[in-house]
Amino acid sequence: MREAVAELVRDGDTVAIEGFTHLICFAAGHEIIRQRKRDLTLCRLTPDVIYDQMVGAGVARKLVFSWLGNPGVGSLHAVRRRVERADPEPLEIEEYSHFGMVCRYLAGAANLPFFPLRSYYETDLPKVNPLIRPMRSPYSEETVYVVPPLRPDVAIVHVQRATSQGDAQIWGLLGCQKEAAFAAERVIVVCEELVEERVVRDDPNRTAIPGLIVDAVVVEPFGCHPSYAQGYYDRDNRFYLEWEGISRDPEALERWLREWVYDLSSHRDYVEKLGPERVEALRPAERWSGRVNYGDYGGTRAGAFPAEGGGA
Amino acid sequence: MSGFSRSEMMIVAAARQLEGARVCFVGVGLPNIVCNLARRTVAPGLDLVYESGVFGAAPARLPLSIGDPTLVTGSTAVTSMFELFAYYLQAGLVDVGFLGAAQIDRYGNINTTVIGDYAEPKVRLPGSGGACEIAINAREVFVIVRQARRSFVERLDFRTSPGRSGDPEHDRRRGWFGNGPSVVVTDLGIYGFDEATGEMTLRSLHPGATLEDVREATGWEMKVAPDVAETPPPTAEELRIIREELDPEGVYTR
Repeated sequence: MREAVAELVRDGDTVAIEGFTHLICFAAGHEIIRQRKRDLTLCRLTPDVIYDQMVGAGVARKLVFSWLGNPGVGSLHAVRRRVERADPEPLEIEEYSHFGMVCRYLAGAANLPFFPLRSYYETDLPKVNPLIRPMRSPYSEETVYVVPPLRPDVAIVHVQRATSQGDAQIWGLLGCQKEAAFAAERVIVVCEELVEERVVRDDPNRTAIPGLIVDAVVVEPFGCHPSYAQGYYDRDNRFYLEWEGISRDPEALERWLREWVYDLSSHRDYVEKLGPERVEALRPAERWSGRVNYGDYGGTRAGAFPAEGGGA
Repeated sequence: MSGFSRSEMMIVAAARQLEGARVCFVGVGLPNIVCNLARRTVAPGLDLVYESGVFGAAPARLPLSIGDPTLVTGSTAVTSMFELFAYYLQAGLVDVGFLGAAQIDRYGNINTTVIGDYAEPKVRLPGSGGACEIAINAREVFVIVRQARRSFVERLDFRTSPGRSGDPEHDRRRGWFGNGPSVVVTDLGIYGFDEATGEMTLRSLHPGATLEDVREATGWEMKVAPDVAETPPPTAEELRIIREELDPEGVYTR
């Protein structure tokens, strides 16, 4: 993780650490804080606790988002202090709705100049964000709103399993991991487990991101804590609740960053510090998917190349 | 089981509104417990849709957020967020969208973005999330909100999700699936909207709540239907499900 972040995340970059509640790569966020990156533009639908930590640590200049909160709990106070009172400095914001953000990634991933959606009618969002624009359909009298592509310099996506080449598989909530990765200039895949290529090829429908677009693969078990990885560990709601108090008090936030980020050298230290009891308590019971038959077509006539002369 | 809190009454009254609904888009917070209660009572066939990309959730515990892993396990479908918003919501498959609000006005317009000025807010709220497109694309919108002068306001500080315009003719011409909220449930009563004026109108008072309470907790002069009903109190079974199954720690019901 250290090398991936050092090499691929640069001061001033637009960075997307995606994942909708699920698969949020806290390990990467912490490494970015530890390396004291600066002036980042952070993109996420839901900035969540990870961006509150990063904003509190001073790595960000700007936030691009659609829902700003601590899901199920309350507020992101480090972000709010900067937005409400420019304390300790202002934070620029660029705001959309969820569907707007999704469409921005999609336009970025699909190499389109904009993407249309049915939202924003008779609301104030387009007034405060001039990048959300109305457009008359070229085929009818209808008006839709359009949003511009979002092309992050770096996308960091956490996945359950990946090959050393970066072929990455996800199950559970898919969020915008795939769209963010395809939209980004550089991609860091962080996985719970490194697997053989055979594992991916045995279940290709589950592949979200091909190694083709991946610049670095990092193996980081438990790398989403306190977020979760479906089937591997649950969300640590206790931490999300505790964050409310920590984030509210700038000194407590600074102490937390020192204790859990700056004074540790890696995410492995972080997991060790959490302790085996807390980690084990978050492991769900097993519930396996069924299996499907992809079929082996190597021996069938349709799969074989036609014989010389062809025809039956 | 005879006693119940105002929040419990609000949740129960809101859940009953979902009777007969087939597909419901579930928002963050209170709507989450309401929809899960409805699924266990008046709407057992209800398909819960979560913006996180889940259709037909069958949660084994009360989801603590709309991205909880329990929503995935045993659900009908997990989709990308694009598919969820585009194919399910925008294409008109959602019967009811259930939203919360920080501020609501008499026409059902909703603010969840800021209190005060946008550029220098007094309070920065979460923002739209999916609420704006839910309000526009769901066939019906229900709102659940605690009623007070600071939430029932004459003028919104910011319009995050559109309701009615005050001109029903204009609203009919808009061509959206949604047409502003049709039901607002608070801890005091149940409100509908007048067909002719588009204005919020008190339809039912919860047990113990008075017209005076409603007037004190509303930032404009609330219209009152001529035949205001009294909301039937929560049944023992509804309270049991809330207290034992959905919210044993009283997060939503305190």
